[in-house]
Amino acid sequence: MLKNIGKRILVSIPVLFGVVFIIFVMLRVVPGDPVANMMKEHVKPDVMERMREEMGLNQPLVVQFFRYIGNALHGDFGTSYKLGRPVGDLILNAFPKTIKLACCAALVAWLIGIPAGIVSAIRQNTILDRLFMGTALLGVSMPVFWAALVFQYFFAYKLKWLPVSGYETWAHMVLPSIVLGWSSAGTIARLTRSNLLEVMQEDFIRTARAKGLRETGVILFHALKNSMLPVITVMAIQVASLLSGAVITESIFCIPGIGRLAVDAISDRDMPLLQGTVLFTTVLIIIGNLAADILYSFIDPRIRTEE
Amino acid sequence: MEQKIQEKTTYTLEIKNLKTQFFTSKGVVPAVDDVTIEIPKGKIIGVVGESGCGKSMTAMSVMQLLRHPGKIVDGSIKLDGKELIGISAKEMRNIRGNEISMIFQEPMTSLNPVYTVGHQVREAILLHQNLSKQEAKDKVIDIFRQVGIPEPEKRYNSYPHQLSGGLRQRVMIGMAMVCEPKLLIADEPTTALDVTIEAQILNLMKKLRDEHGTSILLITHNMGVVAEVCDYVYVMYAGKVMEEAETFELFEHTSHPYTQGLLKSIPQLNLSADRLYSIRGIVPNLLHLPKGCSFCTRCDYADERCKVNRPEHYSVGNEHKVRCFRCERGQTASE
Repeated sequence: MLKNIGKRILVSIPVLFGVVFIIFVMLRVVPGDPVANMMKEHVKPDVMERMREEMGLNQPLVVQFFRYIGNALHGDFGTSYKLGRPVGDLILNAFPKTIKLACCAALVAWLIGIPAGIVSAIRQNTILDRLFMGTALLGVSMPVFWAALVFQYFFAYKLKWLPVSGYETWAHMVLPSIVLGWSSAGTIARLTRSNLLEVMQEDFIRTARAKGLRETGVILFHALKNSMLPVITVMAIQVASLLSGAVITESIFCIPGIGRLAVDAISDRDMPLLQGTVLFTTVLIIIGNLAADILYSFIDPRIRTEE
Repeated sequence: MEQKIQEKTTYTLEIKNLKTQFFTSKGVVPAVDDVTIEIPKGKIIGVVGESGCGKSMTAMSVMQLLRHPGKIVDGSIKLDGKELIGISAKEMRNIRGNEISMIFQEPMTSLNPVYTVGHQVREAILLHQNLSKQEAKDKVIDIFRQVGIPEPEKRYNSYPHQLSGGLRQRVMIGMAMVCEPKLLIADEPTTALDVTIEAQILNLMKKLRDEHGTSILLITHNMGVVAEVCDYVYVMYAGKVMEEAETFELFEHTSHPYTQGLLKSIPQLNLSADRLYSIRGIVPNLLHLPKGCSFCTRCDYADERCKVNRPEHYSVGNEHKVRCFRCERGQTASE
């Protein structure tokens, strides 16, 4: 078990390098000069050239890359061009706000998605099933920015039940969590339903029934655990992506989390900040997948012993 | 009169004129059609037939575990004289796994992969008996020992994938026997196992029958298995019982052309044949059964009458009944 986790962590190191390299190259290939962006138009060319030299931007790409990696390994992710503060500090500052939103959204997604999926599977092809699956489809296919604006309009502006935007209180979290959680809940509900229906056809379900178990017992003890494996994968990836910042939701609801940080970094050509946020996101996704794998082996003994 | 009543109670299970149908969009499928099977106490009764002949559906009807759109439409199923059709779902749950239990064809997939086998057997005990978890565990280990699982204490904590097919089927049998049921339904219990394991499992079932007096309904397509363990045999075809007799009688005086075909299909080592015998034609679609005898399309002896009229059960001797016009006069029909 521990050996396997260690192996997985080792495997993820090249992945990290690859991601950093790709984002590094891409940022330097896309048009837009960070120095010109920072200075204003009236700055003389020789000043700009000196700036570039100071920032090390006129060195070969490979040198820049390895210097960045070297510094990153020492915990120095550079300084934001725009904000003038260390990237590490900026990310750590924004992360708690993102965590708060991500946890609320994940709770919404799980507490609604999983039960809705179970009920839909048990009451397959009934009105309840159609209602849940329709709502799930709506959540999956509705663009987040549109849902966010509609929710803001009705619940904040018209009904005045909840604040329009911000992040200070829990009331501020309600609208963004629902907007963000709805689509995740939709995915989870649909996945739970289809997996549960598949597992219910298995022979061991017939055995459980033949034992004299009541149907709820059959579903909750025998079917659910078997059907949760793919759902857990999706849940872990969803959490990881929620934690790495819900870009649109954070922007619309003015929550200064990781997503907002990344969006600002893109528009400002703030390379160190953008690199930092992408690196951070990658690490989170890798951790999410690792967590899913570990959870897997807790649920499915076949995975545990294969090692 | 009194004698008759006493005679009746010696049966563990009496299935009378059972009709189970599947209401599909294409029409009503008569999966089990007017089947009468009686299982005396402590006997092993075989039900033989090809795939799709309704033998498994008869078993599922007894368990009342038919999946939608299957439904019992007529008939009676009595356990120890108590009618099971029409009792509440809760009463039926108390019977399932307790008074009637069942083992299945696929030991590889019939156990839940995410729980230990001990846990799964213990579940059956805790469900039906008022025992503590520790007492139930001891009982599981005891039954594991009885069904011949080596190192039962260790195996208690094994997961299904860690056991061989034979061991898994032993676990299934243990699970079925742990509440000492009156009736054990074994649906092709050895089909997925190799021959040496098959013999062991059959012997185990015989041993359990002798020790506990359990009646067994053994569903199989294998005539060899029938000859080995069954006391009495029902041959089913297209949802109907075609022939029934004591095992020895059936093999000695095989009367129905279908049964004769089945017996001829067994490969024999002492006869050199270029091709294995097979009954010509295919099993008819249950939606479009012939008007007369359902076997007439494949029968070598079928005449005009067979195509129009349905044969009844004709008695051809001591507890030997055949659904064929050739036996109308009460004689066994030889070839």
